[in-house]
Parts: sequence; C-alpha cells; structure tokens
Amino acid sequence: MPHGIRDKVAILGMGCSKFGERWDAGPDDLMVEAYLEAMQDAGIDQTQLDAAWFSTHIDEIGSGKGGTPLSIALRLPNIAVTRVENFCASGSEAFRGAVYAVAAGAADIALAVGVEKLKDTGYGGLPVANPGTLNPQVMPNGSAPGNFAQLASAYRAKHGVSKDDLKRAIAHVSVKSHANGAKNPKAHLRKPITAEQALAAPMIAEPLGLFDCCGVSDGAAAAIVTTPEIARSLGKHDLVTVKALQLSVSNGYESQYNGWDGSHFHTARIAAGKAYREAGIERPREQISMMEVHDCFSITELVTMEDLFISPEGQGWRDVLDGFYDADGGVPCQIDGGLKCFGHPIGASGLRMLYEMYLQLQGRAGERQLSNPVFGMTHNLGGAPASNVCSVAIIGQEGA
Amino acid sequence: MAGIAAWGAYAPRLRLSRKAVTEANAWVAPNLKAKGKGERSMANWDEDALTMAVEAARDALGPDDDRSHIDNLYFASTTAPFADRLNAGVVSAALTLEKSIVASDVTGSQRCGLTALGQALAAGGTSLVAVGEHRRARAVSAQELDFGDGAAAFVVTDGPGAAELLGRGSVTDDFVDHFRGDDGGFDYYWEERWIRDEGIVKLVPPAIRKALEVSGLSAEQVDHFCFPSTFSGMAATVAKAVGIKPEAVRDNLAAVMGEAGCAHGPIMLAHTLEDAKAGEVILVAQFGQGAEALVFRATGQGQRPARGVTGSLADREVETNYLKFLTFNGLVEWDKGMRAEKDNKTALTTLYRNEDMILGLVGGRCRETGVVQFPRTRISVAPNNPAVDTQEPYRFAERRANVLSYSADYLTFSMAPPNHYGMIVFEGGGRIMMDITDVAPGDVETGLPVRMVFRIKEVDEKRGFVRYFWKATPDRTAITSQSAQAAE
Repeated sequence: MPHGIRDKVAILGMGCSKFGERWDAGPDDLMVEAYLEAMQDAGIDQTQLDAAWFSTHIDEIGSGKGGTPLSIALRLPNIAVTRVENFCASGSEAFRGAVYAVAAGAADIALAVGVEKLKDTGYGGLPVANPGTLNPQVMPNGSAPGNFAQLASAYRAKHGVSKDDLKRAIAHVSVKSHANGAKNPKAHLRKPITAEQALAAPMIAEPLGLFDCCGVSDGAAAAIVTTPEIARSLGKHDLVTVKALQLSVSNGYESQYNGWDGSHFHTARIAAGKAYREAGIERPREQISMMEVHDCFSITELVTMEDLFISPEGQGWRDVLDGFYDADGGVPCQIDGGLKCFGHPIGASGLRMLYEMYLQLQGRAGERQLSNPVFGMTHNLGGAPASNVCSVAIIGQEGA
Repeated sequence: MAGIAAWGAYAPRLRLSRKAVTEANAWVAPNLKAKGKGERSMANWDEDALTMAVEAARDALGPDDDRSHIDNLYFASTTAPFADRLNAGVVSAALTLEKSIVASDVTGSQRCGLTALGQALAAGGTSLVAVGEHRRARAVSAQELDFGDGAAAFVVTDGPGAAELLGRGSVTDDFVDHFRGDDGGFDYYWEERWIRDEGIVKLVPPAIRKALEVSGLSAEQVDHFCFPSTFSGMAATVAKAVGIKPEAVRDNLAAVMGEAGCAHGPIMLAHTLEDAKAGEVILVAQFGQGAEALVFRATGQGQRPARGVTGSLADREVETNYLKFLTFNGLVEWDKGMRAEKDNKTALTTLYRNEDMILGLVGGRCRETGVVQFPRTRISVAPNNPAVDTQEPYRFAERRANVLSYSADYLTFSMAPPNHYGMIVFEGGGRIMMDITDVAPGDVETGLPVRMVFRIKEVDEKRGFVRYFWKATPDRTAITSQSAQAAE
C-alpha cells in the first residue's frame, strides 16, 4: 500500500455557485461565480496559482472541450489547465489532479474547477449522450434512471425486501434530502416534501418516481489546495486536510462476468475500503461524522450506505427508515440537500460535495451546521451500476 | 428425391382485434363493419419481414446452433427492408451460417415464398428457406383487415425428410391484380371480380395440374390443399376447378392471423406438416403473376418444430389499440419528443468489424478457463485470470437466460414505452445488458426466464438504414413449465 495522501494537502479555499435552472448564466458565468468565492476564501491572487484542473462532462452543450474554456473564463495567467472527464465523478477528478500536483511538489497552489451547464438542452433530464459507434448498436436504449433503477430489482431479490418496503425506504431518502435542501440557500430545490408526495409521483423508471431522481441543474464549484505548511504561512489555521482520495473503475467484471449480483456497487466497496485504510479509519459507522454521497437516484444512495460499510449489507433500507442518515441521525447524509436538492451539474458535483464537507468542518454551514464534525466523506459516482467510476474522498480536521 | 427435413414458423405475438379497427373506422367506412371479426397478427414496432424470417428459421433449425450443414439460403419477401443490401446476408449473419453458403433474396410476387422453396428443392444440398412478410396497407383499407404479418421456414435436403417433393408446377403471366412501385408505398388493386375470374381461376389450375402430373397423382389423391387468398371461398373454388376434394381444403387462418403475403402459402404448408399423417399428399399453391404449385408426400419423419404455426398462434396478446397499429406501421405522424432527435447513423465499419457480435450474438469463451463472456475481447474478463488471446467464438442466441435486474423506463424514447431493459444472465455463463421486448409493465421481474430474439434495434429514418440486434423476451414455455412445477 502506498503511503497515501493523508494530511499532505490542505484546502485553502472553496467556492460554489448557486445551483439551479440558471437561465441567466452560461458556463463561464458559473465558473467565475465559484472561482471568485474560492479565491476570496483562499485570500490569494491569481499569480499564486501554479496549475489548474477543469472538469466538465458534456462538452456538446456545455463549455466545450479542452482547458481553454476555464483559462479564458477566469483569465488565468497562462498556467497549465487540464480538462478531466470521468462521467459524473469528473469534479472529484479535478480535485484529485490538483491535490496530487500539490502532494507531488509540482505545484504549491493548485485550482480545481468543475462546471456543467445542463439547462440548455430544451427538455427536462440529461441530454442524450453521444455513445460512440459501437454502443448504440448493442446497448439498450436507456436512460440514467433506467440504469440505476435496476439496483432496486436486484436488491429486492437478493435481500427479500418487498416492493412496498423498498419504495418506502427510497421515498424517505428523498424526503430527508428535501428537508436538508430547504435550509440551503444555494440549493436548486428548496421545498420540503412528504413521503406521500414521493410515493405518488409520476413514474420515471420503475420503481423510481420523479422524487427519486436528482435535480438536473446548472452550477459550478471550485477548490484551491496547497500544502499545510503554505496554508499556515498564508495565515490559515484549523486546517481542513485531505485524508483519502480513492477512485475505483469498473473493468467489465460487473457487466460481462457472472459474479456481480446487480444489487450494489462493486467499485464503491473497493474505493471505500481503500479510502478508510488511507485515512486510518477503522469503524466508519462511528468515525465518519457526515457524508455527501452520489444520490443521483434515491436507490443509489440507499445501496451506497451499505457499499460504504456504514449500514450492514441488506440492512441499509432499515437504517434509512430509522432516520440514521437524517440531519439528526447517526451519520447525517446529504446535509446540503445532496444531488437530489442541491442539484447535479455533473462536472461540478464532486467539488460541490467537498464544499459542504469543508464548510461543515470549518463551522460555516449556517442553519445546517452539524456539531463538531471531524471527518467528512464524499462519494462521487459516474456511469451506471454495471459499469462505473467511483470516487471516495475523506477530508477532515488536520491531525484527526 | 428432395424433401423438407424440418420446418418452422413465426407469427408476431400481437394480434390486432379487427373489431377495434372497424369500430374506429365506422365513421368513414361503415362498409367494412362486416369484416370486424377475429384478429390479425401484427408485427411489433421492432419486427419486420427479416426478423420474423429469422425467428421462423430458428424454429426450423432447432436449438443446435451448429448450422454448418446449411449450403444455401433463400430469403423470400416482398417487404424486405433493403432494396440493395442482401437481406439474406443479414439472415445468414443472424443465424451464424457459414460464410461459404450461396445466398439469395427472392422477391417480386406474392408467390415468391413458394418459388424460393421450389428453387431450394431443385438446388440440391441442404438449403434453408426463410420467408417473411410485414404487410403494408393504408389506414381504413380492406387490406389492413385482411392482412397479417408472419413467417415460415424450411430446411430442405436431398432426402425425403418430413415431406418428400413429388412435383412442381409453375405458370408465369403478367396478370397485374395489384402492384406496388419501388417508392415504398402501398398496393394498388384492380377489381376483385376480375382478379378472381380472369386471374386466379384461370392461372392457378394449370400450375396445379402440372405439379400433379409430374407427381403422377390425380387431384382426388390430394389430402391437404393449401391455397391462400383473401377472397372468401377462393381455395374451395380452385379445388373444385381442378377436382380436389372439398374436405382437403385447409383453413387459411384468416380468422386468427390474416394473410401474410408471400409467407402465407409457406405458413399454410408448415401448418399442414404439423398434422399431416405419413403417406398423405399435400398440395400448396400460391397466386402471383401466374402461380406456383408444389406437391409433397408426408413421411411422418423429420424434425418437428418447437413452436410451429400452432405454437405461434397460441402465443398471443390481443391488441385493441388501433392507433398503436397505425403508429407501429408508420401511418401516424406523431410527436416523439426531443429525446428521439438523436442521430441513428450507423458506422458501417463498426458494424462489419463486430458483425458476429451484433448480428449473430456471438461472444467468446476462454480456451483455458472456459469462462464465457460477451463481447469477445483480446483480454479475458475472468477475474484474476486475464488470459490474452484465448477467446473462441461462443454463440449466445440459443442459450437460456434469466433476468438479473431490470427497469421499465418511461423517460427514454421508445416506440412502445416504457422501454424495458436489464441485465440478462445466461445459463452456461455470460451476461448482457439488453432491451427486453414483447412485454408490458408487470411482466418482468428478477429471475424471469428469457430467450433471445433478433429484432430491429433502431431505424435511421434519415438514411433508410435499419439496425438489428438481439433482445430478450420472456421464455413463456419455460415460465409455464416453472408454474406447472410449482403447482405440483
């Protein structure tokens, strides 16, 4: 096992735009909004940035390919800008690039910005992706909800959970996130909902109804990272440092080999196990203070509670219904509203998750503030259950 | 003497209620109300003449996916999807026939199915004849009520098989009872009385007499007379004209499936083979710019199909939504939504590079570990054993499978929403995420037994190309047997 990233890099500043249907803003405006907040938070000027990582997923309708959209929007001083794309985990990839550059000593201060402008599509939901030349000849004509919804059928079959029980549990996942999102001024969806509303919503992809699906939002988020030493030299204290950064990528095992049962994320378990070892966490259910997970759909969040080894396998749905992941529960999850209500501008989401954990660890989360968090975990997933990339990051109080 | 060694058939599961049609059209065509009885077979949106022919051929070939004994392939249809691309080539690829076969499309007339069968019987060697028809008719026409969609297939060998060919008769005359130009439009018909009296009654009997003469048989010796026609009593009239006994006239299945064009003579023949006794004489004829007639003697031998015509007709789902029929047949300009705007251009290079994968559902099997996978790749998927270049072709199409996970997706564009798809796990190894067809909400659950069917994947309306791939469909035979076991 490599030495890992634990406590080698500190977060110097973060920013996040208002998420939502930003009819007023293009991708450039969103990037600038997140960037200016992060720069102000970091208290540095542009000349101190050594390199930047830029994440965006859908270049067809968004900011375009390459590093130039970021460099031009922010008028960066001709520093290196690398565009990264790793499905919905792209934002975590931008962060990983910046953190690794600092940890390697190649950069003193690095910037990560993620953005997605989704609401130029013309209809609700994600734009139809360009799948290349082979996939459309064999892959089902599907959608993100249809792919993730399949977790439910396999989970029910594996654990003997009834359709009604699982539907109630996933409804509570969304009820909880709506309650949290209502307290977040930057969130896309800010209205609390009831379980009855969730259960009665129009079907999108069986068994996922409208309220089981996250917001399709415009937004951007940014992080500026440096070494703890440089952070202190810039007058920062009570540092939030990176404890673990893991990424696990499917290799066809789930989709082509008869081993995976379809009810969980193979990659998430691998990434989570490595992240806990990297961060030195042995009892995640007790030690993780809070988490932001990739709740693109309610069922994704439910099975992720088990994949992150917080809930025992087959018991996640009970923990959900027991309120264990509510704001006042054992491990608050999606305290900012999550993808569900904060929104899901794809390239920004990984950074948005870290933004909330960072605010919470600094005691700056306003009405949503949890008491004395030590470790915040983010789980950022891209692709589909049968073939995906899964990022698990842990940040926390320096020295914890 | 050559004969039919095996046969198969296919009728799409959907059966359109004729009453639903005539009631919907009563305001404009009250004269058609009398036709509002029974049902006609109706291709699903993802079926065409070619896919139905493939299904009939699989029924004839049986579950053994070694098809190296087939020397020749004849695909017959007047509604083939391609005017210039060998349709038989697609059928061949779907059935994973050898590249060395002789393959041809036979078309141009309602009798072309029997013509193809006659050619195969004369060709020598082992031939596969697959006949499919997806009929087109205007809304509010009599044809849309009379017609049906379907397919039949035969394996023809040099030996007598299940039915030995005794004789063939043919008449060619440019009698234009109807025609359809090459603009993809509809049939244009002349007066029924003229077609009947001047066409069928005068042109079919000489073909029949010739076939009987070659067979050394008299008309009274015919036990089963197959003659498709949408005109009522037409077969009986022809039988009387040539001296075939009235009781020999076979049911033309008009009440339960309609008339499937050039596939209908072959379908009636396949239906007859299911219950003809050893020694009985079968005469099948079909009209079209003359006529084709074939005489067989049933042997009681040969390979019976798992499904056949009887099985196909029993596997049915009544459709009472006439508008759905019109939509599936491209007769309604409907709002498909922005999600349907995606470009379905097919990279022909990619298609050819992956031909056996896409059209034949061929994956790979590792020589060293026996691990089966789809698709075939240079590096094996087996965990902890990424063997390189050990994969041998492995056919999935005839393997039994089950649903591992699924969803019914209302968001994505589908011609028949919700679009069902899921992870399909094969007995013997391998899994594929694929579309599930011929299902309604509530039909699919984890563990459902499924089988593979060759279907239209996507239609590129802009360029006139049709993409084909395989889909899962409930294995209703396996489901029935499971339920029976559960009941015991």
